[in-house]
Amino acid sequence: MGDFLQISFVLLIAGVIAVPIASKFGLGSVLGYLIAGIVIGPILISLNVDVISLQHFAEFGVVMMLFLVGLELEPKKLWEMRTQLLGLGGLQIGVTTLLIMGIAMLFGLPWTISLAIGMVLALSSTAIILQTLQEKGLMKSDGGQASFSVLLSQDIAVIPMLAFIPLLAAPELMETFASEAAHGADAGHGDGHGGGHGDGHGDDHGDGHGASGPGFMDSLPAWAQALVTLGAIGFVIVGGSYLTRPIFRFIAVAKLRELFVATALMMVIGIALLMTLVGLSPALGTFLAGVVLANSEYRHELESDIDPFKGLLLGLFFMTVGASIDFGLLFSSIGPVVAMTLGLMALKAAVVYALAVMFKVEGADRWLFSLGLAQAGEFGFVLLSFTVANDVIPPSISSQLLLVVALSMLLTPLCFILWERVIAPKYDSDQAEEADEIDDEAPIIIAGLGRFGGIVNRMLRMAGHHTVVLDHNSRQLDMVRTFGFHAFFGDATRPDLLHAAGIENAKMLVVAIDDKDQATELVHYVHHNHPHVYIVARAMDRNHVYELYAAGCRDIIRETFDSSVRAGRSALVALGMHPFDAQKYAQDYEVADRRALAALAEVYDPDLPIHENTSYVERAKELIAEQEAQLRGDSGRFTSRAERGWMPPTLKDVAAEAEDGAE
Amino acid sequence: MARLIVYYAHPGHRYSQVNAKMFARAQAVDDVTIVDLYAEYPRHNIRVDIEQKRLLDHDIVLFQFPLFWYSSPSLIKEWEDLVLEQGFAYGSGGTALQGKSMMLAITAAGPEDAYTKDGYQHHELRTFLTPFEQTARLCKMSFIPPYVLYGSLKAAAADQTGGHIEGYATLLQALRDDRLDFAAAAEHDVLHHDTLPILAEV
Repeated sequence: MGDFLQISFVLLIAGVIAVPIASKFGLGSVLGYLIAGIVIGPILISLNVDVISLQHFAEFGVVMMLFLVGLELEPKKLWEMRTQLLGLGGLQIGVTTLLIMGIAMLFGLPWTISLAIGMVLALSSTAIILQTLQEKGLMKSDGGQASFSVLLSQDIAVIPMLAFIPLLAAPELMETFASEAAHGADAGHGDGHGGGHGDGHGDDHGDGHGASGPGFMDSLPAWAQALVTLGAIGFVIVGGSYLTRPIFRFIAVAKLRELFVATALMMVIGIALLMTLVGLSPALGTFLAGVVLANSEYRHELESDIDPFKGLLLGLFFMTVGASIDFGLLFSSIGPVVAMTLGLMALKAAVVYALAVMFKVEGADRWLFSLGLAQAGEFGFVLLSFTVANDVIPPSISSQLLLVVALSMLLTPLCFILWERVIAPKYDSDQAEEADEIDDEAPIIIAGLGRFGGIVNRMLRMAGHHTVVLDHNSRQLDMVRTFGFHAFFGDATRPDLLHAAGIENAKMLVVAIDDKDQATELVHYVHHNHPHVYIVARAMDRNHVYELYAAGCRDIIRETFDSSVRAGRSALVALGMHPFDAQKYAQDYEVADRRALAALAEVYDPDLPIHENTSYVERAKELIAEQEAQLRGDSGRFTSRAERGWMPPTLKDVAAEAEDGAE
Repeated sequence: MARLIVYYAHPGHRYSQVNAKMFARAQAVDDVTIVDLYAEYPRHNIRVDIEQKRLLDHDIVLFQFPLFWYSSPSLIKEWEDLVLEQGFAYGSGGTALQGKSMMLAITAAGPEDAYTKDGYQHHELRTFLTPFEQTARLCKMSFIPPYVLYGSLKAAAADQTGGHIEGYATLLQALRDDRLDFAAAAEHDVLHHDTLPILAEV
């Protein structure tokens, strides 16, 4: 326990210090974590921390990330991406693998080892790229979309690779390289943990892994294995579609925030376990579950529950990458390792660039795509330990490759910085177009979908606006869904949920939640943290108007005011007033009332009870006096306004008119 | 029998000294459709479909209003802008109103001699009404000379509006019964209660 706390503290403090500094210099959080990892590497070693096993644990962050990516991706969109996935992704993997294999053979390595190296290095880092793209808001750009397609294909490709690698086993070759076993300990380190960590990418358990203990799948005949696999995928899809809602409704009864978090974690871990059990990639499985849930009303709730865990685990992962760099080995072979890393990155970037030309990814996006995918990734670590365990790649080569992979990951944030500072500015005109696109996506968030928010939502949608509706009443949501509307489950007053709903890009927030104080709090939070968001708020009564005004909202609608005025108008008509006169009365009443309200809102102080607020009391007295004067008819202000207009001129006026006209 | 619709428009109905009485009198005439535009559309939210249907269902359209700034109260203009759509009232395929008639019933505060070249209004009343006349022509409608009360305030003050109000009822009945002599009316610039060319009962 003491150990655990110590290690946690070291990791946390390193992240907490390094990331803000890196962000301040515009380096991005990924580089911050990597540097933090390098710095604390020696400390971790002194604490006897098994960095590699920690890394395998942290790789679960990738699983969570793919779940979150899936949540953002509706099934329809995924289907539209199929050519990119197969074409772009497939070609990137195939071409890169073959080229690297060719080069390795030129250096005299046997073809089996060369092919394995090709596969290891063809993969890129989902963790770094997606994290960076999301951080920079580039996911929706052409380059971001293309990168995502390739990364997803790679993730899928890991499964056949794991099945294929044992076929390349050549134990006799291992002996040839045994003379270089000086560094074998390092690779053996990774190897030793290969079998123990099913939390990574499903490589370690199940039928893919010859070296680890056989899963229950191995005892089944091939057709049954296929059936079980399909069944598991089917279960994820059907369960995601039909079980989520009852589960969330069940736990919603307890009204405990942490229960949602626990449920969301339970779902993701459960799916990962199931996928591992049947020998599929957990990342792929949770991604699939995410896609299934993309249309669900619990999407934003899940997103905001999982997001912090993903962030922390990925941070941990990047730190372990930094910490696992063996500087002894690096300095002893710095020339070859650096040359190999730069060569690899140039090669990968060139392949992707060529594919970008083929698939018409243009301008700055083409560079983003090529530079982004240039590194080797966390799958590389996984595959390396796997190849060593299967006698495909000798430990001496593997340990050097580990350095190459880590170094290339370390250089990736620099590639993004290069892109951002040097390349993107050259394509400024393209950027302007992109900005438009993002603006198009900017949502209008409607908090609360009761009688009030529902009408606002329908009107905005009728006018063609994109709204995101949040409500934390399951029953309300059920009813809304019956009428074919779409809304998300969640408490809009939670900043993380607002974030998941896209408050950063939002144009507008409509506050229509029933709780008075929560509404005020929400307005206050958004007004101060996201001042670009225009806020329309519903007020329950006069005092609530003042509170909302003090909280920063300038577009406040009293929920019963308009209907009361209409009722008054209706009554006047029923009493025999001409409808047009009644309309004039209603209009003038509204103007006078709103004027008084605005005047009082100016002097209202939320921290001061009204009777102690002298300026409020003074202003209110003035307004009351004015109103009474109107009632008595001595100021004539209100009445004259209501009755002004369309009064016939007097005979005197006509005479004056005649005189003036005659001049 | 002609199908007649009267559109009455007076935003200051309460203060009206002549038009309100004319409106009340018109309501006592049988088989004439009478619409108080400001009562029906107090928020100016004119429903175009309903109004176009009304036009299709009638042969003669009469607008009754006090002259405001040499024109009609604003709601009539709004009504024209919205209801007389292209493709319905004018333009390609806009023949819905072909052969129908338009007439105005107007009260003017200024005296008759003000509405002359030498009077202080500097123009004849009909000159101010040319937008209506041309609107009718573009809609392929015939324009019947307006029924006018000059010096309406003076007349009201002197309680001398009875003839005009009763004449209004006579006019509406004559229009309804096809007994207004259009040819004879066209000889006049404006019609008054004592100059209405009414045909003898058939």
